[in-house]
Amino acid sequence: MPKITYNTPDNKTHTVEVQNGLTVMEGAVQNDIPGIDADCGGGMACATCHVYVKEDWFNRLPKKEDGEEDMLDMAFEPKKNSRLSCQLIVSDELDGLVVNIPTKQA
Amino acid sequence: MNKTDALIIGAGPTGLFTAHQLNLIGLSCEVVDNLDKIGGQCIELYPDKPIYDIPAVPECTGEQLTNNLINQLKPFDIKFHLNQRVEEVKRDNESWIVKTNSGTTFLTPNVIIAGGVGSFEPRKFSVKECEYYENKSVFYSVKDKKIFEGKTVAIFGGGDSALDWAVELSKNSKVNLIHRRDEFRGAEATVNKMRTLVKEGKINLFTKYQMTSVKGNGQLESIEIKNDEEEKKNIKADFALGFFGLIMQLGPIANWGLNLDKKTIEVDTEKFETNQKGIYAVGDICSYPGKLKLILSGFHEGALAARACFKLARPNEKYRFEFTTTSANLLKRLGKKE
Repeated sequence: MPKITYNTPDNKTHTVEVQNGLTVMEGAVQNDIPGIDADCGGGMACATCHVYVKEDWFNRLPKKEDGEEDMLDMAFEPKKNSRLSCQLIVSDELDGLVVNIPTKQA
Repeated sequence: MNKTDALIIGAGPTGLFTAHQLNLIGLSCEVVDNLDKIGGQCIELYPDKPIYDIPAVPECTGEQLTNNLINQLKPFDIKFHLNQRVEEVKRDNESWIVKTNSGTTFLTPNVIIAGGVGSFEPRKFSVKECEYYENKSVFYSVKDKKIFEGKTVAIFGGGDSALDWAVELSKNSKVNLIHRRDEFRGAEATVNKMRTLVKEGKINLFTKYQMTSVKGNGQLESIEIKNDEEEKKNIKADFALGFFGLIMQLGPIANWGLNLDKKTIEVDTEKFETNQKGIYAVGDICSYPGKLKLILSGFHEGALAARACFKLARPNEKYRFEFTTTSANLLKRLGKKE
């Protein structure tokens, strides 16, 4: 199973195995990794599963849909490497992905 | 003080159907919601998105679902208290006294929390110092546009609210519009209007910029913004307006002595009652083993909580289960029979 690494704002690193087909958001929620609220449950409607993707990974991810960029307008301190983790579907290609969780979701 | 058999907190689909079930079995209810409209997440987050898993409704949008639920409540007289957030729930003998932030109070034996993921609140600037100026020179909504006349206003955001206010305030104020990217998600017509005003020099537009700090002395004086290339700009600002949409916050519910699990309220699956007698939680906000965050689950939970309310609202009567197809009582309440 692909391994995804979540760095939390308390400087902890959580590396977990996430099943193919789940989202990076679900991987965090199911493994009780703090800092991903996912209020809307993955509907790209709330921007509370916001993550910063490690630079070298950013361009390797599937492109954002329009709606994702719109939602990122609302995220807490969005940056160039911001993504909504509910839109990142885990696959073998994402094995080793590293994301940083922001200090707050709102 | 408003006396009612049950008070519902939250006017989303679950709250609405719970109101239907209460009235159907002969109980009165009133509904409080922090939004200015009925419908909850369905209307605020996805009015145009189709939903495909409502039983017997192959496809409908959040808005259509809300309208259908409102229609279903037509036979009943239900009072809605919108734009109000419940602040306090206090025990008073066998009842609860409930107070909202507008000062409305209720006396009721039953409180049903159908609050989704909490109440919708405006998203705020990430710059901490903005808190000092909030409601003085930093705002997240406009109540009185006159205060901006002749002043310099910094408006942040890329949606319709930010654009509408930039266009409107540019008539009588100096407007700086700041957005984190070049694209705007607002309606095309408003975006075009804004761009015309930018060309005419009536709006200063800064894209790919975000706020980094604020300066002032009691009142806001200037703000610093920074772009992706780390270039900083200091701009004069008497006011800053942020329009970043709404976020759900559990808010005061956390202080009512209920057993919580993360952001949800623990309930039993017979009455959907919390650890407090007469307080129930239904819909997305409740948790129990096997809980599914589906609208259809909220309907089921509301129907059972409504029956539980009957016991406390009518302690001397016995609840009798009836079908709407056959019961003269129910048909009378639905206005289908004299």
